[in-house]
Amino acid sequence: MPLLEIKNLTMRFGGLTAVKNLTMTVEEGEIRSLIGPNGAGKTTVFNVLTGIYQPSKGNAFFQGREICSLRPYQVTSIGITRTFQNIRLFGNMTVLDNILIGMHTRTRSELLASVLKVRATRTEEAEARDQARELLQFVGLAGKEQELARNLPYGQQRRLEIARALGADPKLLLLDEPAAGMNPQETSDLMELITTIRAMGRTILLIEHDMKVVMNISDRVAVLDYGEKIADSTPQEVQKDEKVVKAYLGEG
Amino acid sequence: MLQQLVNGLVLGSIYALIALGYTMVYGVLQLINFAHGEIYMAGAFLGLYLTVSLKLPFPVAFVLAMAGAALIGVTVERIAYRPLRRSPRLAVLISAIGMSIFLQNLSLYLNGPATRGFLPPFKVYPIRIGEIKTSSLEVIILVVAILLMVGLQYLIRRTKIGKAMRATALDKETAALMGINVDRIISYTFAIGSSLGAAAGVLVGMYLNAVDPMMGLMPGLKGFVAAVLGGIGNIPGAMAGGLILGTAEVFGVAFMRSEWRDAIAFAILIVVLLIKPSGILGQNTQEKV
Repeated sequence: MPLLEIKNLTMRFGGLTAVKNLTMTVEEGEIRSLIGPNGAGKTTVFNVLTGIYQPSKGNAFFQGREICSLRPYQVTSIGITRTFQNIRLFGNMTVLDNILIGMHTRTRSELLASVLKVRATRTEEAEARDQARELLQFVGLAGKEQELARNLPYGQQRRLEIARALGADPKLLLLDEPAAGMNPQETSDLMELITTIRAMGRTILLIEHDMKVVMNISDRVAVLDYGEKIADSTPQEVQKDEKVVKAYLGEG
Repeated sequence: MLQQLVNGLVLGSIYALIALGYTMVYGVLQLINFAHGEIYMAGAFLGLYLTVSLKLPFPVAFVLAMAGAALIGVTVERIAYRPLRRSPRLAVLISAIGMSIFLQNLSLYLNGPATRGFLPPFKVYPIRIGEIKTSSLEVIILVVAILLMVGLQYLIRRTKIGKAMRATALDKETAALMGINVDRIISYTFAIGSSLGAAAGVLVGMYLNAVDPMMGLMPGLKGFVAAVLGGIGNIPGAMAGGLILGTAEVFGVAFMRSEWRDAIAFAILIVVLLIKPSGILGQNTQEKV
């Protein structure tokens, strides 16, 4: 059974069909990429998977479980988290607090517990803070705990978003253009980070425009054009595919 | 002078408790919950019935009144605001005003229009410190209000729920994608805000020895003024706004005539809106969606 299975997924907005009859799978432990020209419907797929949009048709299954009827917070709690194309950190909160919010689903204490069982809550939150520091260390942001998220340089904000998404301990991590706006050094650090995350046993579904990143680290690549899948294979094969070349470069 | 300051702080701590309910709800929903004054009134009635009719020990009655009002606040959000979450803001605002009138009338129906006395179920001692005359009840009001505000600050700043609330206030969609059940956080916000309002209601009910169905109107508006004064959506701002408003009112009455009491509060509102609409501690609203 694939970790994630998207079946005949269609998403229409009024007269516009953003995603058309998409079927694809993500196997456990792979780095799977979704590429395509601007407006091909890639982010829409992420939005459907995370419960922001209800698909017009079709469905998606995570570990065999139907997920399109789940609400965003429930999707997170079953093990899917994401980052955003345009960074959406909680800018006015500290770096550490951003991670702690990402860990929200992992810690248990609810409102009454926070008020009544002050000690248990305190231990739990101290533990959460330790884990958050480890995560920051992991993405290379150690020492930045108390800075406001919006004051970080761009590349570090992207890393913080990844760390925040890892906070929920996801099985499947959805990365939406993580290399956008990064310089070559940051990009190669990012590639290393993504492969390390995979090595830790997490599966990654990646949307990316930077072909160097896609071709270097993906196991399989699906290509969307005007909402339709036009190719789905290994990076080498996809690069040679005529339809893909046409979609990217336009017809003769 | 000092005497007026003490009176001002007592009154101000009440306004601050009410203002917190407005500001917290505004923070997460950008909604002025005009039914908040009625929650305060409901809290006062609950406190009255629990202590006087059921003869519960006061601390128990106090906590139960807060819990009961929390339940009412959450219910109000469920039936009057949540269905309108995606509607224009004006629709929700009108719904809030409707809820306020409905609760006033429901209370008139259930409790009758007469003002009830609410004698504190404990003995109140006069206290004299130098020239300042106060009472154990005033001290209790001040201490309880401060404890509640410190507790709230701890909850918001230090706990997971508080972080989830702040995240929800900043960006609901992203918060949901981080695994936060936004609807539940909104319910918690109403519960906490309402329980603070109810605490204020019980304290004032005993202080003035009077509880009636319309008692929420003016304090509700004053709490709103305090929230705007401090910067709506800003929690420390609501506390500061309440204390400043209470003190200003007491001093105003001391130096002018007592009929001007309400005029002073609303003059402050107008001045704040003209000079610094974002309030004392409010940030510019540009970054808010």
